[in-house]
Parts: sequence; C-alpha cells; structure tokens
Amino acid sequence: MNPIVDIQNVSHRYKTREALKGVNLSIGRGEIFGLLGPNGSGKTTLFRILSTFFDPTEGSVKVEDLDLRTDAPKLRKKIGVVFQAPSLDARLTVRENITFQGSLYGLAGKELHTRVQSMMARLGIADRAAELVQRLSGGLKRRVELAKGLLHNPALLILDEPSTGLDPGARIDLWKYLKELREKEKITILVTTHLMEEAEHCDRLAILNEGKVVVIGSPHNLKKEIGGDILHIQTQDAAELARQIEHKMKIKAIHVNGMLQIEHTDGHKLIASLIENFPGKIDAVTFRKPTLEDVFVHKTGHRFWTEDVL
Amino acid sequence: MQAVITLWKREMIRFYRQPSRVAGALGTPFIFWLLIGSGIGKSFRMTDTAQSMDYLIYFFPGTILMILLFTAIFSTISLIEDRKEGFLQSVLVAPIKRSAFVLGKILGGASLAFLQAVLFLVIAPFIGIPVSFFSIAGTVAALFVTAFGLTALGFIIAWRLHSIQGFHAIMNLFLMPLWFLSGALFPPEGAPSWIRMIMQWNPLTYQMAWLREALYAGNSGIGSLPSLTTSIGITCVSALLLFLIASWAAGRRHAEDAG
Repeated sequence: MNPIVDIQNVSHRYKTREALKGVNLSIGRGEIFGLLGPNGSGKTTLFRILSTFFDPTEGSVKVEDLDLRTDAPKLRKKIGVVFQAPSLDARLTVRENITFQGSLYGLAGKELHTRVQSMMARLGIADRAAELVQRLSGGLKRRVELAKGLLHNPALLILDEPSTGLDPGARIDLWKYLKELREKEKITILVTTHLMEEAEHCDRLAILNEGKVVVIGSPHNLKKEIGGDILHIQTQDAAELARQIEHKMKIKAIHVNGMLQIEHTDGHKLIASLIENFPGKIDAVTFRKPTLEDVFVHKTGHRFWTEDVL
Repeated sequence: MQAVITLWKREMIRFYRQPSRVAGALGTPFIFWLLIGSGIGKSFRMTDTAQSMDYLIYFFPGTILMILLFTAIFSTISLIEDRKEGFLQSVLVAPIKRSAFVLGKILGGASLAFLQAVLFLVIAPFIGIPVSFFSIAGTVAALFVTAFGLTALGFIIAWRLHSIQGFHAIMNLFLMPLWFLSGALFPPEGAPSWIRMIMQWNPLTYQMAWLREALYAGNSGIGSLPSLTTSIGITCVSALLLFLIASWAAGRRHAEDAG
C-alpha cells in the first residue's frame, strides 16, 4: 500500500539559515510516527510544511497522493493539525471554538451540530461545552484542540509537541487517547517532540539533527542497535583515561560532558575489569540500559541538549 | 461564504465579551471631542465663511472618523498575536480561500467600527445638528465604506508586523497624523500651503469630506471641501484597493524563521 505521507528530498531555507537538508520520509497508514530532535533540528519547519503553512524551497511532499504544491486545498481536508501554541480563542466557549472550526471545513447545520456534540462527548468535555476556554486547565484545553483537529475526520493527525504544558496525568491521558484513535479509527498520527519519553510511545521514529534525518526505526530497534549496556565513568582526566582504555582493552570510550561513555554488550563484567585495570583513576561508574538519548549521541556524536539550551 | 460569516461572527462575539474595548473605542474620542471641542469653542473661525461655527459642531464628524480609525485599528492588532498563538493558526491551515479569511476579518472589524460610530452619532440631534432621512442614510453609507477601508489598512499593517509595540509606533507616527490632516481638526482653507498639499494627497481627507457633507446634508458651511463625487469615488476606490492589497498580502504563504 502507498504510504500516507511521502516526503522526497525536502530542503528548506529561511533567509539566513538552512533548516532542512534533503529529508526523505515515508509514513505508513495507521502508524504513530515521531519526529524526534532537539531545538533547531528542523522538526518545527517540517511540521509547518506538513501543516501547509508554507511550501519547502525544494523537494516534494505528498499526503494521500496529493501534492502540497498543487493540491494544498484538497490536502488540507485530509489533515488535522494540533499546534504547540494554543490555537483556541480564549474568549469563546468550548462549543463555539469547535463549531467555528467545523464551519471552516465546510460543515454546517445539523451535521455540524451532531459532530461537535459527539466529539465533545468522546473527549470528555461535553459538560464544559458552555464554558469559556480561558477558564479551562491545560489538559482540558489540549482536549479541545484535539476535538478541533479531529472534527472533519482527517486521515492524518499531526501534532506539534503535544505534551508541552501538560502535567504527567494529562500526558498519560493524551497518549492513551492517541493510541485508541489509531486502533479504532485507523488514523495515522505524526508527532514532533523533543521528549524521549514521548518518543517511546511511537511505532517508528525519525531522529532529526541539524536539518537531516539521522536514523529511522522503532524505538526498540534503535536502542537494540546500541551494543547492549551503557557505562558512564567519572574521572579526573577523561581524555587520558579514554586513550588508555582504548589502548589496553580495545574499547572505544566517547567523551560526553566531562564523562566517558562506553557502549558494551556485557556492561556488568566490564565494570569489574575497568576498576581492576585502572586502579585509583575511576571516581564513579554508572550502569544502565540504553535510551533514545543514547541513540542520538551514538548517531551524532554529541549530546541531545547542547550547553546553550540548558 | 460560510467561512466569511464564521470569521465575522467570531469578531462580534469577541468584542461584546470585552466591555473594556467598547469603553476604549468610544470613551477616548468622546472625551477628546468634549474637551477639545469645548475648549476651542466659539473662538474657532473659518476665513471664508461669514458666521463662526461652534467648534463642538465642526469637530463632531472629525471625532466620528477618529472612532472609526481607533476601532478599525484595534480590531486588526489582534492579528499579530492571533497568528502566533491563537485561533488564526487553525484558520490559516483550513481549506478556505485566503481572500475569504481577509474579507471575514475586515468585515468583522468594519462592523464594530461602524456600530460604535453609529452609537456616537445618536448625540448629533442633541447638539444641534439637524437630522433627516437623507443625512442619516448618506452618513451610514459613508461610515461603512470608510470603516471597511480603514480596517483593510489596519490589516495590511498588522500582517507585516511581528510585535504590538511596532503597531503602536505606526499608529502614532503615521495614522494619527493622517487623521490630524484629514480636515477632522481644521479645514484646509486657513492652513499653510504645505499642509494644504498634504491634506490634498491624504485619502482620509476624502473620507472626512464625504462624512461631513453627508452628515450636514450638503450644508457643511465649509467652502474648501473636495466635491462629493470626488470624495465618494476616492473613498470607495481606496477601500477596494486596500482590500485587494490585504488579500494579496495574506495569500502569500510566508516562511518566517522557525525553530
């Protein structure tokens, strides 16, 4: 079957900056697909292109075989967009916000009324229908946003950093609902995120860095690619110890934020031999299973969060 | 068309849920009118008219133009924030024509400006301005076309700007002087020639002249106004042009720098 989203060789330049450099992606029907990357990786630009805000400088984007450059109006009916910044009118009620959205998608009369009603019921906001949006909590607002995005039955729902501003409970609710949507309605879902735990929910991920797709795969497979366990070694002279480890044990240790990081299949055994081999040089060793952040470090050679972001 | 009505309705609802906006848009011009009008009062004389005119009367249509300008501008300022984080984000990715969005927004802003101007107009008979069916019908037409043109102008400015502070700067440096030199505060006849020249090229002069002529049913008592046909023509054509420019500007899918 054709992919629902087909992105070929997309590059985008702003006046002074190249935000995307030759991105290729295809997303299958019914997938929950994540675009994971730090700030400035190009994921927001890709989101804006997919949500039809603007065309890319180069390359082609197709959703359900509709070309963004030539079929934008038809394409827009196929997608539901949930923005990171609120796209609700705080001075309108919940019902007014959702109804107005429906009118913009050509819904009217009884059909519009029924759909608004059932969408509010599905998202558990029917009892707040007459309330002004400005009085709702962050979690409820996000539900209104979802109701807006889903009202016209899109085939693809795209969400920009959907967990931003949500408390942990609301985050869990959101993901439960997104998974339910995929199961019951077969909607394809695309999320951009900079949060590892959010990326873990996706079926497949594309990791973006400096405008390029670094790697694509399921969270499980990506982590499996990293050979087993992760050790972090705290030491006085990281560069010197790295050199010695490589010389003596033929193991590569990379330098991450003043610490040494080693990927190894038998991490627990390695700890013992490291301490035996380099007495007095190791202040602390931590052991853990790989995370998506390790995948990022592994593929790009630098940390997910650079200093200036933190 | 449905989209136009939806967007227009949104403007109406937003407005009546913010009573402070009504106060700001009507209160300020009313105080201006009362204080400046009374202060200058009878000392205001026009050179080529025999009788002197009470300044409260002269300044009345000028104040109405100010109400139109203020309301039109304030209703478009919201575009700046709304586009970054607000309902407008959804509007811009919805399957509607950009011109429908522009028309909905401008009609909304223009309706608000128009309604407030009409509210202010109610005091006209009480300050001695004679009203007739023709003067009211003519004034209402002038008010609506003017409101539409000014809101379109506000739209064009707001669409290009990224901050509300920038809008205030333009308001003070560009829009207020246009209003000063529209004949709202003083007629061209007594002014120095360079001021008269600016007034002649100022589109607001023609909006002001139409409004004044309509309100006084042709007896404004000011000899130096442009003819009614010229005024109506320039006001209508400029409103249409401004709407077309606004639609064109909004139709370009622009790519601001994103993170």
